[in-house]
Amino acid sequence: MGMLVNFRDWIDARFPLTKMWEEHLSKYYAPKNFNFWYYFGSLALLVLVLQIVTGIFLTMNYKPDAEMAFASVEYIMRDVEWGWLIRYMHSTGASAFFLVVYLHMFRALLYGSYKGPRELIWIFGMMIYLALMAEAFFGYLLPWGQMSYWGAQVIISLFGAIPVIGDDLSLWIRGDFVISDVTLNRFFALHVIAVPFVLAILVVVHILALHEVGSNNPDGVEIKKNKDENGIPKDGIPFHPYYSVKDIVGVVVFLMFFSFVMFFVPEGGGYLLEAPNFETADPLKTPEHIAPVWYFTPYYAMLRAVTIDIGPLSAKFLGVIVMGAAVVILFFLPWLDRSPVKSIRYRGPICKIMLGLFVVAFVVLGWLGTQAPTDTKTMMAQIGTIVYFAFFLLMPIYTKIDSTKPVPDRVTG
Amino acid sequence: MKKYLLSVLLLVAPTLVIASGGGVHLDKANIDPTNKESLQRGAKTFVNYCMGCHSAKYQRYNRLGRDLGISEEDIIHNLMFTGEKTGDLMDIAMTKDMGKRWFGAPPPDLTLVARVRGTDWLYTYLRTFYLDDSRTFGVNNQVFSNVGMPNVLWELQGWQKPVYTTVVDDEGHEHKVLEGLELEEAGSQTPAEFDRTVRDLVNFLAYMGEPIKLERQSLGVKVMLFLLVLFIFAYLLKKEYWKDIH
Repeated sequence: MGMLVNFRDWIDARFPLTKMWEEHLSKYYAPKNFNFWYYFGSLALLVLVLQIVTGIFLTMNYKPDAEMAFASVEYIMRDVEWGWLIRYMHSTGASAFFLVVYLHMFRALLYGSYKGPRELIWIFGMMIYLALMAEAFFGYLLPWGQMSYWGAQVIISLFGAIPVIGDDLSLWIRGDFVISDVTLNRFFALHVIAVPFVLAILVVVHILALHEVGSNNPDGVEIKKNKDENGIPKDGIPFHPYYSVKDIVGVVVFLMFFSFVMFFVPEGGGYLLEAPNFETADPLKTPEHIAPVWYFTPYYAMLRAVTIDIGPLSAKFLGVIVMGAAVVILFFLPWLDRSPVKSIRYRGPICKIMLGLFVVAFVVLGWLGTQAPTDTKTMMAQIGTIVYFAFFLLMPIYTKIDSTKPVPDRVTG
Repeated sequence: MKKYLLSVLLLVAPTLVIASGGGVHLDKANIDPTNKESLQRGAKTFVNYCMGCHSAKYQRYNRLGRDLGISEEDIIHNLMFTGEKTGDLMDIAMTKDMGKRWFGAPPPDLTLVARVRGTDWLYTYLRTFYLDDSRTFGVNNQVFSNVGMPNVLWELQGWQKPVYTTVVDDEGHEHKVLEGLELEEAGSQTPAEFDRTVRDLVNFLAYMGEPIKLERQSLGVKVMLFLLVLFIFAYLLKKEYWKDIH
């Protein structure tokens, strides 16, 4: 024991080990009233690690070559020891990542976690979300199946809709006139090095910002306003051991859901692994119905919802603008929300209804994005798009005029 | 809490909806992946009738033997015809170019076809070839119209002819619609025997699409049970730590 203590002191004299441990874990005081929605942050971190570790093992046998990529994935699935498990973890992990991140973001919407002084946490989080979308997009090309190929084709062609520079831009992204070996190689580089690196840095920054201001909670009460004589928030408890042991429970429950999908329905009914992707990419054969993976479908539905040209601007370009705006507008959330209270618990009926409508619109748009368009479905997507944007654009008004309930001084447990 | 659960359900709902196929009715394949005899019969049909044109180039002969309980010797004598090694992939000599010249489109590799098309589709497709003089090989198909493939199983199934019915649409135009198929000339198997042959073949194709499936599921059960036990301890640990937090 004495030797271990000496070793720790030796390190502490050279590196802030104990200091960091205390700052971020044993003396990081988190509100004691975290509920169900507060599991998803640590779960997102878990999935990130899972994706990185399984990804490393996949690259040991994957070949980023248009002639060999598809076969190398099948090689992993059949000939590599436990390769199938690693691959299914990675493919299931991609969807799990988005599910967890969407729930994590919804938590912020519920309890106003993006509001001051946590604007930067939200901004960094949004950047993580953007990086995650890029990561998923690049990664989806790698198995080199039909949906990999044509999905990427559709997305890259969106850049072609930008006036003047569009064609050159999409040519630059592909590195070729069609999606080819060149594209696959650069997507591989971006997927395994560039974006994960950015993601890791952003996650560190996101957590540093969080630990600087402290966590919000379901009551939206600032626990740092009520400290005891030692300067410890009265409603705060050390993250470790309290939330570390609590999060283990969350992790186990999450792993149950995750394992259920991975071991029993890894294709997720065609939503996690799409059926056409079991066919090798064929530039000469367009699949009947191209749909992105579920986590992109809300935006895809918004893209297709725009059906009219305005002057020289094509409907496709306007659709791209709408889709881009749908993501970008999230960045402005901290300044769109003018409510004097944070948590939904103390907000009035308008805020609750708007948030409910927003969730319904997002889910319905997600479903519509998987469907082949019909007149009715396009109209539904248009309504969904309007609701989606109304939630944000009308927010400065309805959050201001909505009634509020008195916020307690202390958390309510 | 109810509200939260509802929102969670709403969020995961899109992942739970099962994608539906096209408009054509598909017969249920009802395969049994644990039935090794069925799989073995399917493998035999596959190498005899399909592998003339279709490869299964991600599947190895010896893996097939191991999974289906066929000895190495039986594999060599019954399933391999062109002097491959047992560790080889089940590839064929026909190139893509040849296939394209002969059939208009190269016959696809069938290793993963069950994961692309689904077993019900395959089961229906292989049983619904019918005589059609307008086609190169004299046959058309009910679920894959104008398919380039001949009815390779005709010796077993015999020949079916189409039965049409006339329907009148909203604007008063008459259309001939394929109503069903009728056996015109019997093959060496009765319809029931032939259904079984195709079911075995589809069972084999499903196996080949994902050889690890049964092992994956049985490991899954063990993992779930482990997690259940772990959950109990994790929960008790949490409760112990949290008992003094109010």
